[in-house]
Order: sequence, then C-alpha cells, then structure tokens
Amino acid sequence: MTKSTIEGRRKAPFVVPDRHEIRTDPTRACVILSLVADALLAAGLRKTYRATVALDGVDLRVGAGELVGLLGPNGAGKSTLTKIACGLVRPTAGKVTVLGHPAGSTAARARTGYLAELFRFPGWASADEVLELHQRLARSGGGAEERTELLALVGLAEAARRRVEAMSKGMQQRLGIAQALVGAPSLVLLDEPTSALDPAGRRTVRELLEGLRGRGVAVLLNSHLLSEVELVCDRVVIVDGGRTIAEGAPHELAAAGGVEIETAAGLKRFPDAGREQVPTLVARLVGHGEEIYGVRVVTGTLEDAYLRLVGKDAR
Amino acid sequence: MLRDLTTIGGYALREAVRRKVLVVVVVLTICFLALYGFGSYHAFQEITRGGGGDGLGAALEEEVLTGSTLLGLAMFVTLFLGTVLAVFVTLNAVRGDAERGLLQPLVVRPVGRSTLLLARFLAAAAVCIAYVQIVYWGAVLLTDATGGYRPGNAFAGALALAAAVTIIVAIALLGTTLLSSTANGIAIFMVFGAGLAAGLIGQIGAALNSSTLEQISAIATWALPFEALYQDGLHALTADIDGVTGVIVQLGPFGGAQEAGPLLYPFAVAYLLGAGLLADRTFRRADL
Repeated sequence: MTKSTIEGRRKAPFVVPDRHEIRTDPTRACVILSLVADALLAAGLRKTYRATVALDGVDLRVGAGELVGLLGPNGAGKSTLTKIACGLVRPTAGKVTVLGHPAGSTAARARTGYLAELFRFPGWASADEVLELHQRLARSGGGAEERTELLALVGLAEAARRRVEAMSKGMQQRLGIAQALVGAPSLVLLDEPTSALDPAGRRTVRELLEGLRGRGVAVLLNSHLLSEVELVCDRVVIVDGGRTIAEGAPHELAAAGGVEIETAAGLKRFPDAGREQVPTLVARLVGHGEEIYGVRVVTGTLEDAYLRLVGKDAR
Repeated sequence: MLRDLTTIGGYALREAVRRKVLVVVVVLTICFLALYGFGSYHAFQEITRGGGGDGLGAALEEEVLTGSTLLGLAMFVTLFLGTVLAVFVTLNAVRGDAERGLLQPLVVRPVGRSTLLLARFLAAAAVCIAYVQIVYWGAVLLTDATGGYRPGNAFAGALALAAAVTIIVAIALLGTTLLSSTANGIAIFMVFGAGLAAGLIGQIGAALNSSTLEQISAIATWALPFEALYQDGLHALTADIDGVTGVIVQLGPFGGAQEAGPLLYPFAVAYLLGAGLLADRTFRRADL
C-alpha cells in the first residue's frame, strides 16, 4: 500500500492514499468521497450586503486535486466567495457544498484549510503554539511531528519558538499558510497567500501548491498575482461585478495572441490566427509571391486576457 | 465539546496571562487590599481611642458601624474592579478580534461558534469570579483582623458578588457581538453606572418615602440584575444589625440596600440564559 505524504516520504499526519488504493479499498469511503466528489461546488451563489451586491449568481467548481485560480478586480466578490466557502459568511441565495457537505457545516469545516487575506495570530504566541492551537481545534492528531513538518515546509523550521510579534510580515504569512494546512485538509482556500512574500517565499508557495495538487488536495487560490496563477493553476475563474465572466485553463484564456510573419514587404500581422494556422498562412503568402523571413506565434499572457476581460477599470 | 471548551478557554486565559493583564490586576489588587487594611486599622484605632459616650453614643456599637461601612465600601469597590476586569477580559472577544483578523482562523475550524462563545464566557466568568472572591474575602479577613468585625452573612455577599460579576461578563460578551471594542467598553461602563444610579435613586426614594423613585429603582435594578444582586448581598451583610446601630447603618451609603426576595436568583439565571442565547444568535448570524 503506497501512500504519498506532503513531502512524499513521511507517513501520518499527511497520509493521502493513492488513487488506486482509493478505488479498491471500501474502508476508505471518506477519502474516496474527497477525491471523487467535487471539492467545492457553488451554484447560483448570491450575496448582498444591504444595497451592495457582492455576488450575483456565481457558479464555481473545484474538482478534487484541482488547483483553481480565482481572479478579479478589487470588489469583484472573490474574498466573499472564499469566505462563504469556509463558512465565515452566509450566502443570501444559492448553494455551496464542500466535499458534498454544506459549506460552513462542521463536516465541511473539518476538511477545509483557510488562509484569510487579512489575518493575524496572537502576538504573544510562538509559531509552534499557534499551530498547536489549530491542531487542537482541527482535531488533528499530528502532534509535534506535524508541526515540525509544516514549519519546515514553509521555511520556518528555525522559528518554531519565535513569538508572532517578533516575526516579519512575510514570516507571519508563511505561518498562516502552515496553519491552513494543519490537519491535512482536502480543500485549501488561500486568499492572497503570497501578498507579503518576497520572490523566494513565492517560489516556496508555488512548490507547496504543486505538492498539494500532487497529493489530491484541491486548492482555490485567490490572487492578484496573475503570473503566479498562470504558473501553477490548472484552471482560472475570473469574476467581476459578482459574476463569473471567464473560465478555463490559463493557456486557453491567454491564447489568441495572433501570428506575425516577416516578409520582404514588411511585417504582416494576423491577430486572430493561432499556431495551427501558420502553415496555411505561409503557403498562401508564398503563393502570392511573398518572400518569408520569419514567423512568430504571438503568445498572449493571462494578464493580457485578464485586462481584456475586466476592462480598463482594472488597469 | 469539552475538549473545545478547554482549548478555547485555555487560549483566552493564556492570552490574559501573557498580555500581563492578570499581573497588572494582581499588583493593583494587592495595593487596594493594603490600602484597605491600612485604612481599616486606623479607623478601628480611632474609635477605640474615642471611647463610647452617653445616650445615643452609648447605644451605638461603633465597631459594628465602622466594620459594616468599611465592608460595604469594599464590596462596592470589589464589584467595580470585577466589572473593569470583566470588560477588559471580554473587550475584543468577538467584534474586536474579528476586526483585527484574529477570530477568522479560529471560527473556520470545526468548533461551533456557540462553543467558542461559551468557552470565552466560561473563561472570563471563571477569572472574574475568582478575582472578586479573592478581593472580597481579603477585605472580610482584613476587617476581622484589624477591628474584630465579622459580618452577619459573609457567604451571601460572596455569592451575590459572584453572580453579579457573571451577569456583567454575559452583558459584556453580548455587547462584543454587537459593538466594536471601544464602543462596547464604553457601553458596559455606562450600563454599570446606570445600575449604580438606580441603586442610589432607590436609597433616595426610601429616605424621602417616595414610592415612585423606589419603583423606578426597582425596575432599573431588575433590568440590570447585577445591581439587584449587589444590593441583596449588601443587605445580607447588614441585615442582622439592630438597634440604633442598625438604623444608622441603614441610613449610610452602604447599608440602605434592599433584599430582593427569593425570585432574584432564578431571575438572574434566566437573565443570564437570555443574554447568552441572544449573544449566540447574533454571533452565529454574523458575517465575518
């Protein structure tokens, strides 16, 4: 029986059975559910704060083991959506389930890890004490081993005894990420996890997210850092004005940059063409007697697609 | 649930210890008790030197008058200090911690909001009850040691103080689900002041034989039962003093308290439950 761990080599508390085991061992029904059912499913989600509409019928699905980026301008409703998913905010209408359980229920919260955009830990507590408290509340039996492993994972191995008030913002952010992973959750909701991190810290988080995906943990990543999202996410959902305005894999959204062909007569641009149309375009130009000196498939970035979709207000 | 209660309660207590709240409280309380003992000693020395007197003076039990007045003062100060502690221990429990981002990481855990609130209440109530008991019994012992005065029913006073401060903790926690830290602190002190004013109005009403004032006082003290409990406890301390001394004690600022009757404690329990349920409902419905 093979098991993957958060570092791929240790056993409990981060034990996640591999997919083969899940399908053949009926005693692991709970884990089967986590990998078969959608990790997060929102349908017709609506949230109003008096006259303000934060969410206006959002549909969202995060599959098991999927890493989904949630993008949108400030006030688009991203944080509200994340907060509803973890039970901090009650929806006005619509339905949200976490691994088949209503969002905010005890069963859903028991299997969700969450890092808020604006969070704080008590300054008097050490990193180890913060994690110990969350272990108790998450009913994690990981003990000191889990805490040591999590702190090492986020690069805080040497700071276990350091008080939060003596930590930099970046260190607190790392501790926040470690806290979200206490108890080996099946769904992790991260709201701007890299906002206070330096480039090295961002890389650590990227590697961590990829590690989570490898273990079948679903992640909803709410971030403004489009380059980060583009690098790690399987799928991206863009919300604006409380609605989903685009959804797809980063490369799908970022595509359609066009083709540029350098000819003797100058540069010719084909903005709607893709890579697969290059042979046809070249053949047609040669057929018309053009001399070809170079061809470039213009690859759009997620940022281009994002700005195109949300409009100039987001710039 | 018990495990969650002890975890959250322990967290709240550790915070109070680490933030040096308890150290400050202990140091200031020692100062208060030292001052009380010093004042009490000199008060009893004065009346011993002054001797008795003729007529009314001969009938007056000066030790009893001095002791009961000092103890009444101590009881009032104890309730006040207990209120200050209750306010500061619960100040940020819900809205304050939510505004600072401390509450959200805890609430998303599989611990019910009701459990979280109950744990904060139990921890705060335990601290405040222990505190008022220490101060109160300290004052009782000092009064006995310095002047040989022992109140009639010291245990009733202790019980009343414990119940009163528990009610204040419940009101403060209810407040913290509705108001931000500063607003809640101000509100609780104003509520405490309102209760105090209600008690004084009752005393004035009794002195002037004004049933209207007494009725206003009765309604106000039952609406804020910590005041009714305090008065009931104070009454129990002085109820057995009779004769001229009893009359004078009743006229004094700490002797005119009225017995609330057998319904007070059941009412206090119902009030506590009502405040708790309202706080729970507000917290459970709050968007964080």
